[in-house]
Amino acid sequence: MLETVEEARDALSSVGYLPGESTALVSFLAARLGKPVLVEGPAGVGKTELAKALARATGRKLVRLQCYEGLDESKALYEWNYRKQLLRIQTEGDAGWDAVQDDIFAEEFLLSRPLLQAIAETEPVVLLIDEIDKTDQEFEAMLLEVLSDFQISIPELGVVEAKSTPLVLLTSNNTRELTEALKRRCLYLWLDYPDLERELEIVRLHAPELGETVTRKLVEVVHMIRALDLKKPPSIAESIDWARALLLLGADDIDQSVLERTMSIIVKHRTDLDVVAERVGVKLSGEAFAAPRASTG
Amino acid sequence: MSAGGGLYGGMPPSGPPGLAPRLLELADALRGEGLAVGTSELLDAFEALAAVPWTEREDFREALAATLAKSQEDRRVFEIVFDRFFFRSVERQAVERGLKEERFSGAERLDLEELRERIAAAIRGGTDGEMSDAARLAIAAFGRQGEGSGVIGVDVQRIRRTLGLRSEAGQQAQGTPDATGIPQERLREFERHLRRELERDLIRRTRSLPPARPLSDFDRALPTASSQDLAAVHRVVAQLKRRLATQGHEQRGRRASTHVDVRRTMRASLETGGVPLRLKHRPRRPRRPELYVLCDVSTSVTSASVFFLSVLHALHDSFRKLRSFVFVERISEVTDVFERERNFAAVSHRIASDAGVADVSGYTDYGRVWLEFLDRVVDDLDPRSTVIVLGDARTNGRDARPRAFGAMAERAGRTFWMNPEPRLYWNYGDSVIQVYEPYCDGVYECWNTRQLEVFATALTEPRR
Ligand SMILES: Nc1ncnc2c1ncn2[C@@H]1O[C@H](COP(=O)(O)OP(=O)(O)OP(=O)(O)O)[C@@H](O)[C@H]1O
Ligand SMILES: [Mg+2]
Repeated sequence: MLETVEEARDALSSVGYLPGESTALVSFLAARLGKPVLVEGPAGVGKTELAKALARATGRKLVRLQCYEGLDESKALYEWNYRKQLLRIQTEGDAGWDAVQDDIFAEEFLLSRPLLQAIAETEPVVLLIDEIDKTDQEFEAMLLEVLSDFQISIPELGVVEAKSTPLVLLTSNNTRELTEALKRRCLYLWLDYPDLERELEIVRLHAPELGETVTRKLVEVVHMIRALDLKKPPSIAESIDWARALLLLGADDIDQSVLERTMSIIVKHRTDLDVVAERVGVKLSGEAFAAPRASTG
Repeated sequence: MSAGGGLYGGMPPSGPPGLAPRLLELADALRGEGLAVGTSELLDAFEALAAVPWTEREDFREALAATLAKSQEDRRVFEIVFDRFFFRSVERQAVERGLKEERFSGAERLDLEELRERIAAAIRGGTDGEMSDAARLAIAAFGRQGEGSGVIGVDVQRIRRTLGLRSEAGQQAQGTPDATGIPQERLREFERHLRRELERDLIRRTRSLPPARPLSDFDRALPTASSQDLAAVHRVVAQLKRRLATQGHEQRGRRASTHVDVRRTMRASLETGGVPLRLKHRPRRPRRPELYVLCDVSTSVTSASVFFLSVLHALHDSFRKLRSFVFVERISEVTDVFERERNFAAVSHRIASDAGVADVSGYTDYGRVWLEFLDRVVDDLDPRSTVIVLGDARTNGRDARPRAFGAMAERAGRTFWMNPEPRLYWNYGDSVIQVYEPYCDGVYECWNTRQLEVFATALTEPRR
């Protein structure tokens, strides 16, 4: 499925993800070289979706580890099920501790978390480690170990060897520098906002019923807005949401008033809204004057 | 195009054997620019190249980028170095074969305004070939042949400035509503052509391949999304504020004592022919952030002034005791504008349109600005105040009035200057930064956030 760059591109497209040039290439390389990919880029450009699409395209299961501040090994690797262990200790009341101990540190009392799950599967999976920049360096070091050895050592049980090698994607929103060691281990993919034509295709894919002219206008306006100096520029996700909203409204053009009624879908900050209304709204009305359309009907 | 030896310069068609040494050279060049390219990256790169059809230029480039450049910043540098690297090998072959190409000339006969428009049109909608013609044209007409700065990135920015090219985003911030801005991607593409053509000129002039120079900061500073820059500026300024705040605490704890301030004593002595008549003392009170910022918004710093305005914007976010001024020929206080209006684009728009900047000729008159500043605020300045000037110190041949500047610096506790030009440029032409320097506690090259950080660190250092 990912045997060549073209195959990677086609496979991703066929499951509804339209990759840019480098995305297809890096996906292919990741599969070929068996290396994890570090994906960075602004919010909403399809970092998370890429992992999901790769899973769909390869027919693999997606295992996701969502990172957050304070995430530790017990939530990422494994944890002992204390409750169950306690129960066992109570029921085996009079057996000696040694016997009980052997008993309760067995696999059936182990809660495996995403990282362990990912390597314990017999069929290879796609492992998504989302927003790695939210964790700390210690966690990164642990992760690095797992990613280089593909084994996890559990003191009470021994070493769990990987049964398969996952395709690993790490995403980061760049809120902190990741360590050199981690970057060294990964291929790097920078995802940016797509160019006009590709975004047009993406929006068409997600809202095929929306008319061709509105769709194009929508993408043009979004690109215009991205060029403004906003706190939070609209992403692909917002373009798609907007397209769906316009579909519901039955809009067949985007003029100043349509923009003003719907722009809170693509721009969230109060001050951003003002800028968009002023800069883009005015432009849209100016156009209507310059080239009046038959809009009476 | 055939996949023969010429495709990537000196690379033979057989791939791997001849490729290896070329790749090692490329890795060296990247390392020279600060990328962490180690053995493991190189091995990955070889492995990746073995997997892609390396005769496809795009795949070849992307495969190398994915394995060698591991951040957005690295990726930017990679693009430039990659381009230059393989471009130079093609040129090297040309030099070896003694090939000469007819160069474009005759730009002198064209009307400059018309030329500007033609170039802008080519950048906006032209094909690759037209864009590259536009680049040659621009160099021929505006590049001051033979006396380039010696730093390609600097020349590129110079030409861009002379052409009055603005990106859409930058232009929005300036508040020009009509669509004369150029999409960022196209501008970046044009800069790439300029860089290439300038390099080719250099090779043609010297008839040999000059040693590759390290990229200047100008080279690295390709346009990024302006909102990102603004966020970065705000981060640096917030840091600055935190540092100043903790510093106040530390000093409050110590016993207040008077010390002779050698630096200020010397500075005062400039007025008495170098004889230190008056002893200056360090202020006893802890330094509270009390800032006066003077910002040059003339055309000569256009590319920098968006950055400077964002610095002002961020400062206003963090400091209450701050007065800000913008100037061209005259000075005008904009503290109110920043305090009323929090949106950056709106602020810039207001300042550009009606902040009352008396800008008749578009030429900065530093001397006059000092006099006006003194006239208005000198009574408010005291040893706790810090004056920061943002400007290129280009006087356009007018009287620089260093004494007036000295008088300002004298009243204020500390004075800093941030210059948006590379040091290489200072004191050439009408730049007179050296006459102001003795009155400053520090003069900094500053037009990006990294340099702003350096400045912020200096500003918060305890005074010696
Ligand atoms: N290339 C693409 N083809 C099709 N759909 C896309 C593409 N890129 C993004 N999308 C759509 O855009 C939306 C946002 O993508 P996603 O949530 O993956 O962004 P993200 O980069 O992970 O954002 P965040 O940083 O906020 O997590 C999704 O609905 C996804 O379907
Ligand atoms: Mg995501």
